Amino acid sequence: MSTTAQSGRAGMSLAPSTHLRRRNLIQLLITKLMASATLVSVLVTVGIVLSLIPTTFRLLREITTQIFGTVWAPLFTPSQYGMAPLLTGTFIIVSIAMVIAIPIGLASAIFLSDYATFNLRRIVKPILEILAGIPTVVLGLFGLYVVNPEFVEKYWPIGEPLAYTALGAGLMTGILIIPIIASVADDALSSVPRAMREAAYALGATRREVATKVVLNAGLSGVVAALILAFARAFGETTIALMVAGSYPKLSANPGDPMQTMASFIGFAGIGDAEVGSSAYNTIFLVGTVLFTVTLVLNILGNRFIARFREVYE
Amino acid sequence: MATASTSLESRVSLDRRIKDFTFTTFLSVSIVASLAFIFYIIYRLYNNAGFLLSWDLVTFFPSYDIDTAGFQSSIMGSIWVVGFATLFAVPIGVMTALYLEEFAGKRNRFTALLELNIQNLAGVPAVVFGLIGLAFIARGPLSWGFTVGSAAIVLAMLILPVIIIITREAIRAVPPSYKEGALALGATHWQAVSKLVIPSAVPGTATGTILAVSRAIGESAPLLLLGALSFVTFNPTGLDSGFTILPLAIFKYASDSREEFQVLASAGSLILLAILFAMNLFAILLRDYTLRKRNI
Repeated sequence: MSTTAQSGRAGMSLAPSTHLRRRNLIQLLITKLMASATLVSVLVTVGIVLSLIPTTFRLLREITTQIFGTVWAPLFTPSQYGMAPLLTGTFIIVSIAMVIAIPIGLASAIFLSDYATFNLRRIVKPILEILAGIPTVVLGLFGLYVVNPEFVEKYWPIGEPLAYTALGAGLMTGILIIPIIASVADDALSSVPRAMREAAYALGATRREVATKVVLNAGLSGVVAALILAFARAFGETTIALMVAGSYPKLSANPGDPMQTMASFIGFAGIGDAEVGSSAYNTIFLVGTVLFTVTLVLNILGNRFIARFREVYE
Repeated sequence: MATASTSLESRVSLDRRIKDFTFTTFLSVSIVASLAFIFYIIYRLYNNAGFLLSWDLVTFFPSYDIDTAGFQSSIMGSIWVVGFATLFAVPIGVMTALYLEEFAGKRNRFTALLELNIQNLAGVPAVVFGLIGLAFIARGPLSWGFTVGSAAIVLAMLILPVIIIITREAIRAVPPSYKEGALALGATHWQAVSKLVIPSAVPGTATGTILAVSRAIGESAPLLLLGALSFVTFNPTGLDSGFTILPLAIFKYASDSREEFQVLASAGSLILLAILFAMNLFAILLRDYTLRKRNI
């Protein structure tokens, strides 16, 4: 009896029992709950932008063209805000990292996709994941205790490298991003269809020719994505640069010198409890804005390239 | 017929064979070098600090006296901070992933924007999360100070996109026939998802979460901005407690110029690596186990 009354209210031809109505209600509530959970990730992005922008603009209005100067000393009085030393420091360390990581990372990717047997791949991939999981503080420690004194100080020919060097930081950052290049590029190369390889073999190509002239070309957008994402990771790396290259923003072209990157400046200035509104506080948000904007552009670009090879082959 | 007896191989010119050989050698050397590097790091750390390894190192608190210095407060700090970060990030991450994969319906402008947002959030440098923590949580509107709670929220934001991406992959790997069968029997969408899709996606999600959490344990940069690089001689007692974390305790000892403290930093690194390797190994075994179960 009551069921018919309810079905009338629900306006359905099938008569839903209270049980059925309850589960529909649960379904509705759960969907709403999940939809609102998705807003958290949006909120985080909005929060990042809101935390960066106001402080950055306030400081920019104050310092205006000083930003093009060549001395970065925002924590001293009188403060100097020339970003050139941070830009060159970042550029040199990231460049060294890429020079190290591109050949080794790509070689690892080609090895995994076209040379390794199934079983070898099953062993090598997890070990590469372990390399990817080594904390940056450990890589920094190794750079500071081993690479700087035993390699850079001894063998670097220009100037007299001391405890902190950009070269050591670049090398360790390079090791940090090898697994990123290897794994993203391997995904791309492995998704190149078998038929393309077989066609090339049938035409008499050797294994190297297949790998470099067919597979690498076919998976090129994925390889480009790997390089862009690795570049972005190196660009934002803080701890290694801070531990190995030191915290002196020296404007120099010699990788044997200490240097400061944008990210390591944020880490360095943030160590002391930066009072809200102090110049240390303001400058870390200014530099943070540059860091965030550049990595955002790189990531959008990188993900575009990934989407492209997915579209073609998956 | 002379040509009949020569193998296919020999028709490739010497020049091309040399090139192939060189290339193979280059690939092998590269991969061996990057793998050997892991072992070299561990070897050097162990060589430097292996003699220090004992339970005292884990149970003693930080000290300026090398004989009684250890990592207890930082290990406990890491457990508290990363534990709460996981507690915050996993439910929200899993719900977001479920919504995008199961409930959002057709791809529309909102979900496309959401996906782009998550992808880009995953690429934001870790140190930037420290900035939002400093501006809004430790100082500014919330002003929770340099506490376990502030740090946990910052790390939760850091691992949230990773957990979403991994969970989505795990959900996508569940055969749609499971869900379709339940729907055909009259289950609601949520019943089908909660009884069939979620249980099948648990191992994949768990594997990914362990990897995300181990990344959070090793992360040092964002918490530099939240006062974690300090000399803390007590364990956290709550969300409002001061704290330090293992990576930054290592950082702190490493920046001391006295050699015995550098040894201590190496010893701390060995502890950190041991924790992370154990977690990685567990995740890999879990993944292997699940794959094997699915293939039967």
